Amino acid sequence: MTFLNFLISGISLGSIYAIIALGYTMVYGIAKMLNFAHGDVIMVGAYICFYAISRFELPPLVGILLAMIVCMLLGIIIERLAYKPLRSAPSLAVLITAIGVSYFLQNAALLLWTPNPKVFPSVVGDGKVELFGGQLTISHVTIVTIVACVAIMIFLTVFTESTKMGKAMRACSEDKGAAQLMGINVNATISITFAIGSGLAAIAGALLCSAYPTLIPTTGSMPGIKAFTAAVFGGIGSIPGALLGGLLLGVIEIFAKAYISTQLSDAIVFAVLIIVLLVKPAGLLGKQIREKV
Amino acid sequence: MKKKFLGLLLAASMVLTLAACSNSAGTTSSNAANPNPGAQSTAGSAPENTPTGAAFKIGGTGPLTGANAIYGNAVKNAAEIAVDEINAMGGIQFELRFEDDVSDPEKAINAYNVLKDWGMQLSMGSVTSKPCEVTAVETYADRIFALTPSASSAAVLEGKDNQFQICFIDPNQGTAAAQYIADKKLGTKIAVIWKNDDVYSKGIYETFMKKAGELGLEVVSDTTFADGNDTDFSVQLADAQSNGADLIFLPMYYQPASLIFAQANAMGYAPKYFGVDGMDGILSMDGFDAALAENVMMITPFSATSTDERTASFVKKYQEQFGEIPNQFAADAYDCIYAYKQALVNAGATADMSAKEICELMIEQFTTMSFDGLTGSGMTWDASGAVTKVPTGVVIKDGVYVSLD
Repeated sequence: MTFLNFLISGISLGSIYAIIALGYTMVYGIAKMLNFAHGDVIMVGAYICFYAISRFELPPLVGILLAMIVCMLLGIIIERLAYKPLRSAPSLAVLITAIGVSYFLQNAALLLWTPNPKVFPSVVGDGKVELFGGQLTISHVTIVTIVACVAIMIFLTVFTESTKMGKAMRACSEDKGAAQLMGINVNATISITFAIGSGLAAIAGALLCSAYPTLIPTTGSMPGIKAFTAAVFGGIGSIPGALLGGLLLGVIEIFAKAYISTQLSDAIVFAVLIIVLLVKPAGLLGKQIREKV
Repeated sequence: MKKKFLGLLLAASMVLTLAACSNSAGTTSSNAANPNPGAQSTAGSAPENTPTGAAFKIGGTGPLTGANAIYGNAVKNAAEIAVDEINAMGGIQFELRFEDDVSDPEKAINAYNVLKDWGMQLSMGSVTSKPCEVTAVETYADRIFALTPSASSAAVLEGKDNQFQICFIDPNQGTAAAQYIADKKLGTKIAVIWKNDDVYSKGIYETFMKKAGELGLEVVSDTTFADGNDTDFSVQLADAQSNGADLIFLPMYYQPASLIFAQANAMGYAPKYFGVDGMDGILSMDGFDAALAENVMMITPFSATSTDERTASFVKKYQEQFGEIPNQFAADAYDCIYAYKQALVNAGATADMSAKEICELMIEQFTTMSFDGLTGSGMTWDASGAVTKVPTGVVIKDGVYVSLD
């Protein structure tokens, strides 16, 4: 029974990583860039949601929608100002810029919202489901997060596979130049990719802070890095891979803490990551892309 | 393309410098708020690194922004109140400058260098332990006397004759906590959750375990967490629960503690909690449900609800100026400034002395004098710089601290 309890803790932590990783992987899959500011967009989303719910007393769903809209706009603005001018620059330059954007967002949040921690009101309430006479408990947040993860995964897969915009995105991801020649507006497509990624970040922010309710300007950075790890683990660019990677990372982390050592848990998580990458360099579900000569 | 990139870079750097400006504006405004015209006029015109002769220059660093800003701001605010009070009395005059270090050792060194260039004669060290360990090395090398209000790790003092603390040294907190739990029979089976990448937490943990062993306290669960791994405590709590712990000792800051309370509550696990001075501040978290911290105990030398006349007047002033109830860090900082005043008056020091001369006088004073402050009466210091004062236990009832005794 304790094993099952740990498994549930692992899944609830993992589902948070997964929902963040979905945003990472989707932007990477299309725009081929690592948006390290993703974690901080999550933080902004969480703050917007926090103020909407606890200051203006809006219903949680409205709060999340508002946060999504703000984050989508923020995503488009960041892309326009920071990434678009670097479209033809080496990918390293874009990576550094992303880190810069991340610091910018954190410090802007410090100025705007002060460093004092805020306690986030859960958007799904603090109810829980009890099984086996209360021996197993699953919180509503966990259930909602997992359902949201699966829903987002299906939405993203269907969207990129069968809509016109999705096809344009895949075309951009394969070859920007060729896509442009075929009459696809590459800039608009990438902007929409960022808008969707940032909208997902807002949902992730609300759920992250519902599960672990302390909200500070650096709230998004560490989960962001863990989620990035999860995305690499599952195969960056692969949407189901992000879900699988996130869940596995959470479960491994909790099991390492529970059965090996609380002191070494992070070391164990990253050791597993290294082993997986040595055996399968593209990650669990990643596609091996052969360099064409 | 290149032009655009340059333009962007320029814009970014401008924004960053703007942010920096607003920061330093925040710190210098403390001087502007100083009601004493003499101290104020010397601020701009004094040549660097020489005493102005009008006021003693006290400098300190602490996190005014970042995750631990609540501590840095408490110290800065309370020190300002004390400086304003002393300057208004006439006699000895102080000039205070407080720099942001974001609780980061590297930034603390930069902040320290700024203060040194400004001509700091007396230092308040740094507010948090890690930065203070590095600034203490500098103040020791530069022979500037430092009295930190709150950096409690043992390494701050080790091997340095001019470093002193107002707060308890970490090892003493661990010992005092174990002693307190044993004396009051607060728990029979004890769990400890500590942060293994933090000197503050580790220092208290080690002495707590040693003392608990001596006193025969049974520690049934011993788990850790670290930066980046500090959101999910289900494993630690499950371990404590399955081992039947009825009291959890939490040598940590209040932020992770707030998550622990919430998660234990969600699990339906309700042990007693015992914290240390880092727990102070939990009640001022925005949106925190104080019911979660109900009955949480901690040892702290300061209680804002005390009826003591000086404490009451300080709490009132702090509330008027900053809109919140001062925590223990604020009281420590207030004491720090008054301890300086007493030592300087006793020693007959004058503001035109060099930092080095003052340093020798202060070492002599602090090792011999006894000081009555908000955080204890009859405080004394030994040559190592550690303070001796009596800790009191407080417990949170209905969202306020109440004395345990």
